[in-house]
Amino acid sequence: MSARRRGRRARQAGWNVVGIAIFVVMVFPVFWMISTAFKPNEQIISVAPTWFSLHPTLQHFRDAIDKPYFWVDVKNSLIVVSVTVAISIVLAFLAAIALARYGFGGRKLFIVLVIGIQMLPQAGLIIPLYVVLADYHQVNTLTGLIVTYMTFVLPFCVWTLRGFLLGIPKELEEAAMVDGSTRVGVFMKILLPLMGPGLVATSVFAFITTWNEYIFARVLLNDQSKQTVTVWLSYFLGSSRHTDWGALMAASTLTAIPVVVFFLLVQRRIAFGLTAGAVRG
Amino acid sequence: MAAIRLEQVTKAFGAVTAVDDVSLEIADGEFLVLVGPSGCGKSTLLRMIAGLEDVTGGEVWIGDREVTDFAPRSRDIAMVFQTYALYPHMTVRQNMGYGLKARRTPKPEIARRVAEVGELLGLTDLLERRPAQLSGGQRQRVAMGRAIVRQPQAFLLDEPLSNLDAKLRVGMRASLAQLHQRLGVTTVYVTHDQTEAMTLGQRVAVMRDGRILQCDRPQVLYRHPNNLFIAAFIGSPAMNLVAGTVEGNGVRFGQYLVPVATPPALEHVVVGIRPESFEDAAFAPGMPTIRARVEVLEELGSDAHVFFQVEAPPMTAEVLETASEEGLLPTDRALFTARVDARTSARVGAELDLAVDPASFHFFDPDSGARLDTSAAPVLAAR
Repeated sequence: MSARRRGRRARQAGWNVVGIAIFVVMVFPVFWMISTAFKPNEQIISVAPTWFSLHPTLQHFRDAIDKPYFWVDVKNSLIVVSVTVAISIVLAFLAAIALARYGFGGRKLFIVLVIGIQMLPQAGLIIPLYVVLADYHQVNTLTGLIVTYMTFVLPFCVWTLRGFLLGIPKELEEAAMVDGSTRVGVFMKILLPLMGPGLVATSVFAFITTWNEYIFARVLLNDQSKQTVTVWLSYFLGSSRHTDWGALMAASTLTAIPVVVFFLLVQRRIAFGLTAGAVRG
Repeated sequence: MAAIRLEQVTKAFGAVTAVDDVSLEIADGEFLVLVGPSGCGKSTLLRMIAGLEDVTGGEVWIGDREVTDFAPRSRDIAMVFQTYALYPHMTVRQNMGYGLKARRTPKPEIARRVAEVGELLGLTDLLERRPAQLSGGQRQRVAMGRAIVRQPQAFLLDEPLSNLDAKLRVGMRASLAQLHQRLGVTTVYVTHDQTEAMTLGQRVAVMRDGRILQCDRPQVLYRHPNNLFIAAFIGSPAMNLVAGTVEGNGVRFGQYLVPVATPPALEHVVVGIRPESFEDAAFAPGMPTIRARVEVLEELGSDAHVFFQVEAPPMTAEVLETASEEGLLPTDRALFTARVDARTSARVGAELDLAVDPASFHFFDPDSGARLDTSAAPVLAAR
């Protein structure tokens, strides 16, 4: 084997090690959360770590579910997330079409603003938003939280969907118009089916962002019956002297399930490259 | 089917005028080619006929309807795009039937017409495939099929062959000509390829800077280009153009003085000589000859191209308008191309006697680029 080839092999092996290291760093917390959720208490607090419990228990899950407000808060989360994602996607799709396909005054500025908003630190918006929502009696309501979430989910969706739309050749719409379609027809028959993967991908990201959001929900919702599941989760850390780690991990696992399920349901639709074959050879 | 009439059509994008006061009549069933360099406004003109671009000024007529402000769907035309624009989420059958479906044609009728056109274009076995599963040539045929199925008033084709490889392009060109003969639908075809224009068009409109310079039968464009730009643009290999002076009963260009029967009235002219106006003197006895030193020899089998230098500055439409453009080689001498018999004895570096036919010389005004006619007036008849 030549020195050059050996060098290439070594470099390749090096990159593989880096890749595996990154994988381990990302997966370990998830593994630890799930494995802890099934461990009996004595294994959780023992000094010598237990990787897998040979005597798994479901007790922590029972404790978590039996904790007050679990189901109420799950319901709240589902309402907030589904309404936010649905409204954002519909509005963002229409806005993205306008931005990607039509020329109008201030278009560039609008695009810059949409991306600029993403760069503001969200924590800095909490107080101003709180004050505005309070003026309209929307603090401690789910509607208030939905509106708040839309302030950052909507621009994100507009930006992403605009990108997907730019990937669909304009000629397809023109061909359909020459073929006899109205603008609405073009939208329903050409744009909507081709945007499927883009809409799915965007809603997955919007879903994850909203479902996992904690700070705004914590500040805006003070009534326990109106809180979302991430806020409910934080109550496990109530006292610093005793944290029920098993129940916390079980609850965290439960909280993560909807995101995973949603992703698995739609991930097959995220087939990029659906427009392949539309144009050129 | 219908005739198409453009009346003083203008299109401006802000300060830029893409199409400038174009008037054109395309007869019912005619195959008209719009040709010109990129950016000359030919595609914009086509899109204005289709209704995909608003018209800044003038009128567009299809048949006996003025359609200037009509939506594309109300114009009853079909268009084939350079990129084909096949709907990627639909099968070939659905692609072809889309226009009929959008127009609420009964389903059995759609099925019948799609099958018929599929058969005509050899697409029958591909009807259930999606565009991504087709080759470039097949996609091109589907795009044509989608247009034909509709039985529209006119076809608008925007560089439909430019994405195919050279060999396939020649084949498709012949198929297009056959299809037009068979269907007889009014067709407007946009291309930047002068060979395509010459071979397909019953009439060819040469465009430049948003204007139609000349619109005529291919042979007329070739034999009587009414200005320098068309002379340089039409023909392959291109016409040799060089600065020349009239001396008595002859024309001097570089080291050569060739007698001509009726020399132009101007003293300084641009001389245009088609490569096929030359011949190896051995195969054309009795013609005036010039002696050339062979710089490059291209033997093509059917004939041979001989390149030789002329001691005079080259002239092209661009040179006339925008001073000089630096080429690879010094531009103070023109490199001429002569198309000669394949049996020529020409060898690179050796001298060769070339017979030349002065009757086929073209002369142009070096200031305006306009044709200077020495004999008969140019044939301007439309068809």
